[in-house]
Amino acid sequence: MSVILVFILVVAGFSFWWLLQHRVLSKPWLEHGVHAALPETDISNMPTAKIGLGIFLAVIGALFALFASAYFMRMEYSDWQAPPLPRILWINTGVLILASVALHCAVRAVRERRMGMTRLALVTSGFATLVFLAGQLTAWRDLSAGGHFLDSNPANGFFYLITGAHGLHILGGLVALGRTTAKTWDETLSTERLRLSVELCAAYWHFLLLIWLGLFVLLAGWAGDLVALCRQLLT
Amino acid sequence: MVDATPRMHEGISPAEVPELELYHPKGWWTTYVFSQDAKIIAIQYAGTAMAIGLVALVLSWLMRLQLGFPGTFDFITPDAYYQFITMHGMIMVIYLLTALFLGGFGNYLIPLMVGARDMVFPYVNMLSYWIYLLAVIVLVASFFAPGGPTGAGWTLYPPQAILSGTPGGQDWGIILMLASLILFIIGFTMGGLNYVVTVIQGRTRGMTLMRMPLTVWGIFTATVMALLAFPALFVACVMMLFDRLLGTSFFMPALVEMGEQLSYGGGSPILFQHLFWFFGHPEVYIVALPAFGIVSDLISTHARKNIFGYRMMVWAIVVIGALSFIVWAHHMYVSGMHPWFGFFFATTTLIIAIPTAIKVYNWVLTLWRGDIHLTIPMLFALAFIVTFVNGGLTGLFLGNVVVDVPLSDTMFVVAHFHMVMGVAPILVIFGAIYHWYPKITGRMLDEWMGQFHFWVTFVGAYAIFFPMHYVGLVGVPRRYVEIGESAFIPPSVQDLNAFITVAALIVGFAQMVFLFNLFWSLRYGREAGGNPWRATSLEWQTPTTPPPHGNWGDERPVVYRWAYDYSVPGAPQDFIPQNDPWPQKAVAGTA
Repeated sequence: MSVILVFILVVAGFSFWWLLQHRVLSKPWLEHGVHAALPETDISNMPTAKIGLGIFLAVIGALFALFASAYFMRMEYSDWQAPPLPRILWINTGVLILASVALHCAVRAVRERRMGMTRLALVTSGFATLVFLAGQLTAWRDLSAGGHFLDSNPANGFFYLITGAHGLHILGGLVALGRTTAKTWDETLSTERLRLSVELCAAYWHFLLLIWLGLFVLLAGWAGDLVALCRQLLT
Repeated sequence: MVDATPRMHEGISPAEVPELELYHPKGWWTTYVFSQDAKIIAIQYAGTAMAIGLVALVLSWLMRLQLGFPGTFDFITPDAYYQFITMHGMIMVIYLLTALFLGGFGNYLIPLMVGARDMVFPYVNMLSYWIYLLAVIVLVASFFAPGGPTGAGWTLYPPQAILSGTPGGQDWGIILMLASLILFIIGFTMGGLNYVVTVIQGRTRGMTLMRMPLTVWGIFTATVMALLAFPALFVACVMMLFDRLLGTSFFMPALVEMGEQLSYGGGSPILFQHLFWFFGHPEVYIVALPAFGIVSDLISTHARKNIFGYRMMVWAIVVIGALSFIVWAHHMYVSGMHPWFGFFFATTTLIIAIPTAIKVYNWVLTLWRGDIHLTIPMLFALAFIVTFVNGGLTGLFLGNVVVDVPLSDTMFVVAHFHMVMGVAPILVIFGAIYHWYPKITGRMLDEWMGQFHFWVTFVGAYAIFFPMHYVGLVGVPRRYVEIGESAFIPPSVQDLNAFITVAALIVGFAQMVFLFNLFWSLRYGREAGGNPWRATSLEWQTPTTPPPHGNWGDERPVVYRWAYDYSVPGAPQDFIPQNDPWPQKAVAGTA
């Protein structure tokens, strides 16, 4: 359960920092009188949707940290037999990075109000993401063609489960990306609203890319080496 | 009489944060059924939770009838008994307590208490309820599915949960249970995002974090915890569903059933236990923290005194929330863990007692020399303190490995957790309903029915669960359909069991009076007015009662003080609402 504990620690650290920023050390019972005449507000200027997405990403992070925790716990058993890593995963990773980069370009374009460029970047990103999903399905086919079925051993089960869960999240993101892309043709919409949508998509993609990189390391079996290295350094 | 209309003050610029664009419903369906108004959603959540809770109440009667009078009722077969205990536990913990505290009270109180017009994502909030309702329907469907609901125990431990020896294990029962939980978690996440972001972004001018009522703090922290803990249950449910439907072996070791080698192999049942309790222990506090918050407000209001140690109360809530993530394995002392782990988890478990004790002391010190009004909400709040201390003390025993191992899986554990996370939070729920019903409906709940309900519930709950500790101490195991003849169990245990059953039936009946009161007072209750308890927090200062869609009329309230200015020396009344600029106003008047 170490992965999820580290994750919770990070979230808790951030939460405590945020609370301290919001004066949880103050004494509210002494606080009326002079400055009560002009009550301040400590609401952040950040758009509410971004904060909402940030918290949602934390939930997704917890979900995958738990998958990773379960994976590690099962890995420690002596009969662990990880399936071979399908080569296509390398290409898929590259494609997903491309999608993320394209979205980054979209954010820059929409900030500079270049509509054509925004549209192009969004479509490119959506297309690259579809290729990624197709690539993941191909990876599944390769594995099952090699006799590594879902139910043949727990390591295989984890592979399909974790990649599947990640793919479903990407698929959900594609719905939002599709809607955002459609918005670029809507003349009545203000650029502010469009910009927010694009930024939200980009944040989601970057985060899911980060998660995928973590999962890739996990599924490739390097995570074990990494942990061993850390242990050596610590002891 | 306080002028409760929102005021516009000179020198105060409009809020920097733009106002939420409210969705304006056009017809009856979008106003009352597919509503995006948090208050309607709250009532929908609460109504659904209480309806399914009623099912769980009936199930508890059935299982008590079996324990009190074994062999008398033919329809309670061992299989049916297991199904009753499983569904009772699951419904009470998840579909009643979690949904009612967060979905019900969270939705109703957060926007009103922080001075918002609604939740920040009303559409998602509406979806949250409908997915919750779907989860409940799937859960209820399992009663009618072939083989009936699952009887795996509320912890659903594999491998037995999906084997043929367990009711529903190879039928639809466990599948529907897991599907329902997955739906619940998806629905909750949607609601939870709303509760958290509304507290972060929806607060009105002047409502700093440290001016929020403790109710909001409790619900806020519990929601953050739930958002991080429920994914563990989600992962566990998905993996078990894979094991059951697709033949994977995440949790299923190689095993022989009825002389037949199953195709499973290599799974780890302990892995499930870790995931389940990584959710399961925070869940205790997900239920307890809103109760802590609400009870603080009830005590302060009805004792006409500011809450003692507000800062400590806030910090304690946050610290309890954080600590509750590192104690989960104290539910697994008998699963064969390394002694050092047991030592670690026993220590963290006992450490949680410190912030919890701080809260109890502060409640008592709030009461100390207060102007205590023994209203129905106050009675429930006082009953909560006593019950929570009782349940908490047995928790200290069970938190120690050496005490827990012999008591594990006995009725002592059942008595402990019913006291601490069953009866105690339910008492707060009742107190809260008596307290806020006037705001929700504009009428008071009937006092005499309330008195009857309180005393029967409070005394009855002790009649049920106090003797149960003794039953457990002599070694009666939980989850056994019948004890039979055992040398170490004296025959008097049977008499005690019969007594507990009779008490449970009576307490159950008292809840019917409560439900009747809810409907009766809707029509015949005394008119309450806007602020019948003369309370300070914002929800009592709405221009109209019950608050309409949008809550606040033209202007959102401006907050000048914390939520606990009761009996302030020199003030014109014994309470000063949060949006009252006194003494500035008085000075301006005399000048």
